[in-house]
Amino acid sequence: MSHSTPDPNDAHGSVFDGLLGSDDSQWAFGTDFEDPLAGVDTTMPEGVAPDALATYCVMLADDALVLSHRVSEWCSNAPDLEEDIALANIALDLLGQARLLLARAAAADPTVVPALPEGSPVPPEDALAFFREAGDFRNVRLAEVDNGDFAHVVCRILLFATVRLALMERLRESRDRVLAAVAAKGVKELAYHRDYAGRWFLTLAQGTDESRRRLVAALEDLWPLYPELLATHAVEDEVATAGVGVRPADVAAEVEVVLEQVLAMSAVERPDRRALAGVRGRTGRDGLHTEALGRMLAEMQVTARAHPMGQW
Amino acid sequence: MTLTDHELEQAFETTIAHNDRIEPRDWMPEGYRKTLVRQVAQHAHSEIIGMQPEGAWITRAPSLRRKAILLAKVQDEAGHGLYLYSACETLGVSRGELTDMLIQGRQKYSSIFNYPTLSYADVGTIGWLVDGAAICNQVPLCRTSFGPYGRAMIRICKEESFHQRQGYELLMTMMRGTDEQRAMVQESVDRFWWPALMMFGPPDAESPNSAQSMAWGIKRNTNDELRQRFVDMSMPQAEALGVTFPDPDLRWNEERGHYDFGTPDWDEFMQVVKGDGPCNRQRIAHRKRAHEDGAWVREAATAFAAKELSA
Repeated sequence: MSHSTPDPNDAHGSVFDGLLGSDDSQWAFGTDFEDPLAGVDTTMPEGVAPDALATYCVMLADDALVLSHRVSEWCSNAPDLEEDIALANIALDLLGQARLLLARAAAADPTVVPALPEGSPVPPEDALAFFREAGDFRNVRLAEVDNGDFAHVVCRILLFATVRLALMERLRESRDRVLAAVAAKGVKELAYHRDYAGRWFLTLAQGTDESRRRLVAALEDLWPLYPELLATHAVEDEVATAGVGVRPADVAAEVEVVLEQVLAMSAVERPDRRALAGVRGRTGRDGLHTEALGRMLAEMQVTARAHPMGQW
Repeated sequence: MTLTDHELEQAFETTIAHNDRIEPRDWMPEGYRKTLVRQVAQHAHSEIIGMQPEGAWITRAPSLRRKAILLAKVQDEAGHGLYLYSACETLGVSRGELTDMLIQGRQKYSSIFNYPTLSYADVGTIGWLVDGAAICNQVPLCRTSFGPYGRAMIRICKEESFHQRQGYELLMTMMRGTDEQRAMVQESVDRFWWPALMMFGPPDAESPNSAQSMAWGIKRNTNDELRQRFVDMSMPQAEALGVTFPDPDLRWNEERGHYDFGTPDWDEFMQVVKGDGPCNRQRIAHRKRAHEDGAWVREAATAFAAKELSA
């Protein structure tokens, strides 16, 4: 037992004080909009076209933004509180990556940012997130499809984080200092995401008959979207040649090693499913999406679009 | 040597009289244990149900920064639920049992979460007024007599006061925005003011359990004292923000040194408490669905852990 002061009013009364005060240090996300790239060397690297760099950043950003949205839909819906907290962490990490990458895209080539009414206070990252049409989004389709059960989100994060971690590990060497900084931070986050999903993959595979059945079904369902993660788009090829980006095809072998290991440990067979077709060769990276993305964006963008002159 | 019941009870009373903490392995009267389980569980359930009204706006947040703030806040609420369920488990009731009682309607949660969130301004108003009222209720609980509850409350109060400032800051920012945004803020404050006042519970004269809880040091202030404190605290904040509260009787009383204010609609309060609020069924149905949908995952985790142990 501890001895507390008998004085009734009161040891923690200070919490009531200073609600109008100006102790900004306690605000985790700052008291105002701040440039997320403040302090990072944002000079454009030589030898890369600004529009290619911007498009590449948008691709990486959209993957993170769109999957963050899907994972955040799990909030208050997870199987247990611990999982609710873990999934929120993953969604927050991806959202943080998206913000930095969108800001970088806008800095590299301001023409990628949608035009808003004169005098609009909406910052570039929000203009890009909330005022683009689905056809301007460059994310892979794996990130956007509707959520399923818990096994589905585990498989989706496993596939996504395994590929993105491999990309980010190499992107740390990017000649673009901003991308290198984003990648250095992202590697730590994605290692956790992959580990989290990998452990649940094993648990569900080895848990009960029901959990194994659901896991296998979810993996089968998502597998046709997996090859798109490892395909190299012309823009990715261009920025990789310039030493600024990474070709997904170049990390395919190491991604495969990791996935084969998870499958083997879990005694789950590699699904025998062919890749999902695009439309005349166009897929998510080209702005050709599933029907799910339009519905998702309708929800995501509704408040921002109603207030193009609004301050948040 | 074993102590008699009388001696045990005397030791308990002495601890309470000295404002010391009762710890889980200390002897305590059955009524004290029951009251605490009820109160701590109700508090934990409030955190978990409270994730829904705000969580509903994560996917519609108007900026990426606000989305991150909101997602982190709702995540904190899950964390608070987790500490409080753990504090409750030290009294001999499991999280699973408590969740069942919530879903079956045998334990309550704060009525405020049975009101809908209808605009993004509600995220700010909930932070400012609802978290503000919760802080008024909870700060004195940092000194509550049961150790695990008091210690959980210290951490929770810090985070809640952080949430309150974030909510207030959102409203401040919106008030600097467009006319539509200012109207949104006022409309939201108009909807939440009275329900926020009801968060302190019925008037003292009609609060049956208060006296015993005060005597046991579980509760430290009466409902009406805390309500007054909240009104006094909120008025200057409303003025700084540039909004009004929907109460014609609200005015400074020089003699009392407090604000006078009107009477909440206690009939509506009782309707909501009895399960007929705007969102009661929706909130419980959501919790029940999430819990039941997750059953196979929890079973798989248990089965996997058992296999690992025997391997």
